[in-house]
Amino acid sequence: MVGSTLASPTAEIARPQPVSLAYEAWRRFRRHRLAVVSSVVLLAIILAVLLGPTFWTVPINEIDFTARLKAPSAKHPLGTDDLGQDLLARMLYGGRISLAVGLAAMVVAILVGTVVGAIAGMSRGSIDAALMWVTDLFLALPQLPLLLLIIYLFRDSLKSIAGPEAGIFILIVAIIGGFRWMPAARLVRAQFFSLREKEFVEAARALGASTTRQVVRHILPNSFGPLVVAATIDVAAAIVFESTLSFLGLGFPPDIPTWGRLLFDAKDYLDIAPHWALFPGAAIFVVVLTISFIGDGLRDALDPRKVI
Amino acid sequence: MSGVPDTARTPGQPLMRIKDLAKTFSLKGGLFGGETDRVHAVDGVSFDLIKGETLGLVGESGCGKSTTGRCLLRLIEPSAGEVWFEGRDVLRMGGRELAALRRDMQIIFQDPFASLNPRMTVGAIIGEALIIHGLTPTKRAFEDRIIELLETVGLGADHVRRYPHEFSGGQRQRIGIARALAVSPKLIVCDEPVSALDVSIQAQVINLLEDLQTKFGLTYIFIAHDLSVVEHISTRVAVMYLGRIVEIATARDLYTQPLHPYTEALLSAVPIPDPTAKRQRIPLTGDVPSPIRRPTGCHFHTRCPIRKMPLCASEDPKLKPAGPNGHMVACHLRG
Repeated sequence: MVGSTLASPTAEIARPQPVSLAYEAWRRFRRHRLAVVSSVVLLAIILAVLLGPTFWTVPINEIDFTARLKAPSAKHPLGTDDLGQDLLARMLYGGRISLAVGLAAMVVAILVGTVVGAIAGMSRGSIDAALMWVTDLFLALPQLPLLLLIIYLFRDSLKSIAGPEAGIFILIVAIIGGFRWMPAARLVRAQFFSLREKEFVEAARALGASTTRQVVRHILPNSFGPLVVAATIDVAAAIVFESTLSFLGLGFPPDIPTWGRLLFDAKDYLDIAPHWALFPGAAIFVVVLTISFIGDGLRDALDPRKVI
Repeated sequence: MSGVPDTARTPGQPLMRIKDLAKTFSLKGGLFGGETDRVHAVDGVSFDLIKGETLGLVGESGCGKSTTGRCLLRLIEPSAGEVWFEGRDVLRMGGRELAALRRDMQIIFQDPFASLNPRMTVGAIIGEALIIHGLTPTKRAFEDRIIELLETVGLGADHVRRYPHEFSGGQRQRIGIARALAVSPKLIVCDEPVSALDVSIQAQVINLLEDLQTKFGLTYIFIAHDLSVVEHISTRVAVMYLGRIVEIATARDLYTQPLHPYTEALLSAVPIPDPTAKRQRIPLTGDVPSPIRRPTGCHFHTRCPIRKMPLCASEDPKLKPAGPNGHMVACHLRG
């Protein structure tokens, strides 16, 4: 053992090479092969929907009755729908909205759920009880009638404030997020209940750490794993939920071909034009799968206990 | 009268004075979630702590040793009683005073695997207190202080960026000790710091604690259920049973002349590392009574080999002086 007080000033202590935590996480993430492949695929899909329409310039609403329900061909790589509209163009355009809705609604749901769950998990007694009561209330509410009400009440005013598409987008993200935060809240609350009694949190309290510090530095990082899994599921659910809304005429107008909308339009032609449903279905499937793998990779990369 | 030892007879200044400390936990249940019962975890504990000493706190599982330790630090809010630290009333402290108190009193935990945040590096764990209390003005001073602390507990600068799971139990316990030392405390509550370690590692950690005590003039409250470890490290020992101190004496007196029948029974259960040695075992029958429904009178009378009815079942024995060097015992029949 080196006497700490008598160390001569010339004896320089060997300092460890500082490695940033972000770099360390990135190094660990790269080891997770599925997650890396998934990131590349998801990035490709995002690039395709962002840049695709500038290269594939077929209009999304060009009706051609001579080419109805055509299987994929050189002229229409993904085939056509019942009005002869080019599916590739429609999917590239609709993908922007589906992806944006899925990711934004997930962020809203996880944020709201985490905040509610954290407050409930850290407070005992009446605040916790009240918040859980609200959570149960949201779970018990009949969602569709309420959706109708909300959308009819707010659609027009939001449209006039933020424009037709942005207005609907904000409304839909808020609604999906507002109806999907409860599982995350319960998850976070349960994690907090178990973690706040752990000795390392008690040690932080003994050191004088504020409640905020205990939550941000000690409890939240350790509840990250289950939350990532919940988040990936939420992306998928949001994409599908948006299609439900569109189907009911509550979402984007019918001429905006989101992936969910395409699926619903295709369902009556499954036996004569399966490609119509196949491509949007596959797109949703691939997006959900890649996000789920990326979530796995993130969870492992950010958990120092995992040896990778 | 409340059982505080007369400090005039014991050398040194009291660093801490605990008077009638009690902690009850409510058991909720029933149709309307009202309080149905109470667990009396700590039930009128009083003692003085002298600067520089090590007070051993022993007793069976569930007797309130750990709760007592946590109440002193206000990690658990006591239900009643007084705690005075250097003349300051600990239980009436508000935010800022309490924050200052955190620099004087620290705790070392039993389980070295649960007591370190698995997502923080060793440097971040030890440095957290330095950040919270703003103890190091520059980044350079911060890093130097962390390395100094690591070396004080026998670890090195190359451990700063590692994570707790990369260390053995003994090393993790050293990290926990370094974290407690970061604020330069006067008192450390050691909550069974070696119970989870191998015997060979136990000795190392005990020796480290003793070295640190000499070096920094620390006062320890050493909670344990291993009597031989307590005998080795303690200046004085308090024996707890069902939330109360039943006997308190210098380590030497307690081990050579135990007065309380419970202490006798505990000591007779300590293994002697000599196969030929013979001694009389005092077996206790039955279990520790529930802290929810406690026995009347002396808590120990249900298992006591020398009880005298009906006195022991009706009257509560007070902790009273019973010998030299501040030896005190709570028994109607002894002392």
